[in-house]
Amino acid sequence: MKVLVPVKRVIDFNIKPRVKADGTGVETAGVKMSMNPFDEIAVEEAVRLKEKGIATEVVAVSIGVQQAQDTLRTALAMGADRAILVLTDVAVEPLGVAKTLKALVAKESPDLVILGKQAIDDDMNATGQMLAGLLAWPQGTFASKLDIADGRATVTREVDGGLETVSLALPAIVTADLRLNEPRYASLPNIMKARKKPMETLAPADLGVDVTPRLTVVSVAEPPARKAGIKVDSAADLVARLRKEAKVI
Amino acid sequence: MTVLVLLDHEAGAIRQASRSAVTAALTLGDVHALVTGDASVAAAAAKIPGVAQVLHATDAGSAHDLAEPLAALIAALAGDYSHVVAASGATAKNVLPRAAALLDVQPIPDVVSILDADSFVRPIYAGSALATVKSSDAKKVLTVRAAHFDPAPAEGGNAAVRDVTAPEAPVLSEFVSIERSKSERPELDSARIVVSGGRGMQNEENFKLLNPLADRLGAAIGASRAAVDAGFVPNDYQVGQTGKIVAPELYIAVGISGAIQHLAGMKDSKVIVAINKDPEAPIFQVADYGLVADLFEALPQIEAALDSAE
Repeated sequence: MKVLVPVKRVIDFNIKPRVKADGTGVETAGVKMSMNPFDEIAVEEAVRLKEKGIATEVVAVSIGVQQAQDTLRTALAMGADRAILVLTDVAVEPLGVAKTLKALVAKESPDLVILGKQAIDDDMNATGQMLAGLLAWPQGTFASKLDIADGRATVTREVDGGLETVSLALPAIVTADLRLNEPRYASLPNIMKARKKPMETLAPADLGVDVTPRLTVVSVAEPPARKAGIKVDSAADLVARLRKEAKVI
Repeated sequence: MTVLVLLDHEAGAIRQASRSAVTAALTLGDVHALVTGDASVAAAAAKIPGVAQVLHATDAGSAHDLAEPLAALIAALAGDYSHVVAASGATAKNVLPRAAALLDVQPIPDVVSILDADSFVRPIYAGSALATVKSSDAKKVLTVRAAHFDPAPAEGGNAAVRDVTAPEAPVLSEFVSIERSKSERPELDSARIVVSGGRGMQNEENFKLLNPLADRLGAAIGASRAAVDAGFVPNDYQVGQTGKIVAPELYIAVGISGAIQHLAGMKDSKVIVAINKDPEAPIFQVADYGLVADLFEALPQIEAALDSAE
């Protein structure tokens, strides 16, 4: 069984993003970039499936600028077998990403695509569901547990108010939530080995896909800052102020 | 323009967050509501003032809110509508992007402000920035953050109910089970007061020390990601970028340091209280009232103060 794992290069989750002075976006020049944390979980899950003998090959794919190669190398160092970069300078939206991935699915014929549930830059939480829709495949989103057996995927999903389990006919789409697993750190030998693993580069046009965005970013602004209030002296003072000043209790 | 609003329900009632979505949708045009569940849910939807018609999905797949039939149903119905709207929540996040893909539309998630029929404001980077986006799609598919729109009343309307069913399609997914976290408390995303605990609670047993305070205030209980990851409470307690987004009148953060991830989920609360023994904790930068204290000493003191007369 082949597993496809899309990964996105985003501002490292430890960095606080800064809005550009001209309000056109968020500053990325000179900022540390890393693999989207949810995508690391997706890669880890795919690699574990291979280690368990369920998956035979793990293919990592990224859609973005040349430097997304680094993100793919990270996936290879974690244990993916090979990588595909779809090279574009366009900030591709989930719809465009889903169309690109659909074309890659036609080319690669995986039985399972595991994606991170959301990217921490645009916070869209959409690509996996959209790919599933375009392919007419079943989807198991926000997965905290995944079992593959007898041509089906059993997915435990994090939903409002509890955990839901669904059973999906393969091929299927799974999106990873935080508690699916704890991704490994790539070891130095594996980072070295990853350099020799194959990486193919394609253009969206090679796949016959139009990735033109549908949303125009009119402006990007800092949210209204919340000012620090006061320090109270005691629990009694706190309760008195909540009653008399804030009038919330 | 007419807007289709997917309403989410729990225990036969329409969730408050979904009534906020109705308010948001009414700024765009007339509102038709799509509901799953049994007839009582459809009846509840019909009573929401502003809902002109209720579409009740009665097929088995839609009954469990499975994404495949429900998205196909929305896509089949969408021809009559300018916008498809739902409150951000697990069901909408699962279903709406799939429906959008079927319609060849780029969805617009987590809208906090509707500027006009095409333009919307939404947070990006865990709320570190607000993006104003304009959609060129003929139809718009969006989810809205409930905290930014007042909920429509639950009673007062009298809409007609029409049954609809998802188009025939191969059955790709099956509902197996749901394990609900049991709680007598108000729902986290619509509670007036939320008491949240963090890593400072130390363990599962100590986390229960928040119960007496929440009982006195009629509050929902939340948690930081650190507390959830440490196993103190189940994951549906999590408030933050990747958990629930809340904006209650009063948010009390107990033993929470205030990571950006967490702040993204609660910084729109009206009044924020932070209790932490570390005076440098980032949570104090957003708190209206900060109490630098050992939470294990402070909690009983606050309870005593609440019990005493004003």
